[in-house]
Amino acid sequence: MDPQVINEYLPLFGDAALLTVGLGAAGIGLSIVIGLICSLVQFYRIPAARQIVRIYIELSRNTPLLIQLFFIYFGLPKIGIKTDPTVCGIVGLAFLGGSYMAETFRSGLEAVDKVQSESAYTLGLNRFQTFIYVILPQAVSTSIPPFVANVIFLLKETSVFSAVSLMDLMFTAKDLIGLYYNTTESLFLLVVFYLIILLPVSLLGALLERKLTGYRTANEKVRRGMIAQRKEASGNVGN
Amino acid sequence: MSETSELLEIKHLTKSFGTTSVLEDINLTVRKGEAVVLVGPSGCGKSTLLRCIGALEDIQGGEIIIDGERIVKGGKNPKVGMVFQSYDLFPHLNVLDNITLAPRKVLKRDKAQVKEEARELLRRVGLADKEKSLPRELSGGQKQRVAIVRALIMQPEIMLFDEVTAALDPEMVREVLEVILDLAKQGRTMMIVTHEMQFARAVADRVIMIDGGRIIEENTPGRFFTEPQTERARQFLNTFTYESVKK
Repeated sequence: MDPQVINEYLPLFGDAALLTVGLGAAGIGLSIVIGLICSLVQFYRIPAARQIVRIYIELSRNTPLLIQLFFIYFGLPKIGIKTDPTVCGIVGLAFLGGSYMAETFRSGLEAVDKVQSESAYTLGLNRFQTFIYVILPQAVSTSIPPFVANVIFLLKETSVFSAVSLMDLMFTAKDLIGLYYNTTESLFLLVVFYLIILLPVSLLGALLERKLTGYRTANEKVRRGMIAQRKEASGNVGN
Repeated sequence: MSETSELLEIKHLTKSFGTTSVLEDINLTVRKGEAVVLVGPSGCGKSTLLRCIGALEDIQGGEIIIDGERIVKGGKNPKVGMVFQSYDLFPHLNVLDNITLAPRKVLKRDKAQVKEEARELLRRVGLADKEKSLPRELSGGQKQRVAIVRALIMQPEIMLFDEVTAALDPEMVREVLEVILDLAKQGRTMMIVTHEMQFARAVADRVIMIDGGRIIEENTPGRFFTEPQTERARQFLNTFTYESVKK
């Protein structure tokens, strides 16, 4: 491996990484919005919309992103809709990610016990208040691990963007290999840059998980408290 | 009793799940300040009756009227407070937030004022030191006492208790039942579904036995537990003693 080559390639990979992160963030942001809407449609069993969401989810999950991108990039212009590569990449990622996010959020919503909404209702909270204050916080906390997995998966999926001539990390690596045959250096930088992008996401995810699911995991303090209570309770029986 | 003191009135109530009939022609009134205990074998419909009154179930016939207002599933139902068998505290909120959520969001009451009232109620059920605890840090009995406070702070006209001690360890049962007894002494109107017969006898002004979706006996606790009118009630009460079982 030639350090000189690596040094020369660094700025190119840096630019490509920024593009990957930018498009990834935009696409993932959109897919969160799509996922939220779709999961709510399914959770509240909204007629008609529910069937459409179902079809979308199956279509999106069971076709590769590459093919989806081809449809958007080469297919849409045929019916008169012009798409530029950037928009195409973001829309493609959102189309794929939306379904993954939808299923993740739906499973989180459905994991909340029915008695939770019932007691909220008997306390007088309306449907919206019940959702915001009771269901959503619990659903978010169960959804965090699969959500983080989705984000990582989608960021990695951006590697097919090169197919629609976006100069992302994969494109840059392939391009440099094709031009100068510095395969080792290029592939090395490719791996390093993906790690630089994805490791912080993983770490952040773990942090988020600890913060948001804290109320469910017993820590040392809690366990000690429980034992003390049990002693207290068995003491009370005596008198 | 005068006509005006009737708080809850149920007329010809019918409830079924699909083709399965659960409640048939239930007629019943509860007066203000009365504690009515519902007993009966599992699956007899007593919990479903409570859920109908709590507007959690749609009904197929008849009507339920509380304080002149007809109860409809999904409608506003501020006159009823309910405590369930399963611990239904909001797990992500601490005790104080569990209690103050509804008064703040539904009644739009002042936060500091509600907190003060919540603390006072917690003190009365012996949980003054638990206001910052999360539900998972509490024992079953403590959770149910918090759930009772959470319902009480909304100042319901009638409290419904659906087997609130059924999931508790025996030593936790007493602390919860004592809170309910206390409420009865203060003259709260309530309907209680329970399998604790001793407690039923102590707390009830009237006992109603339900079997197969029908009211089969309505009696004073003194008479129900010593000389029930119906053979079915006698059989039912016998299942709680082991005198007939010989080794």
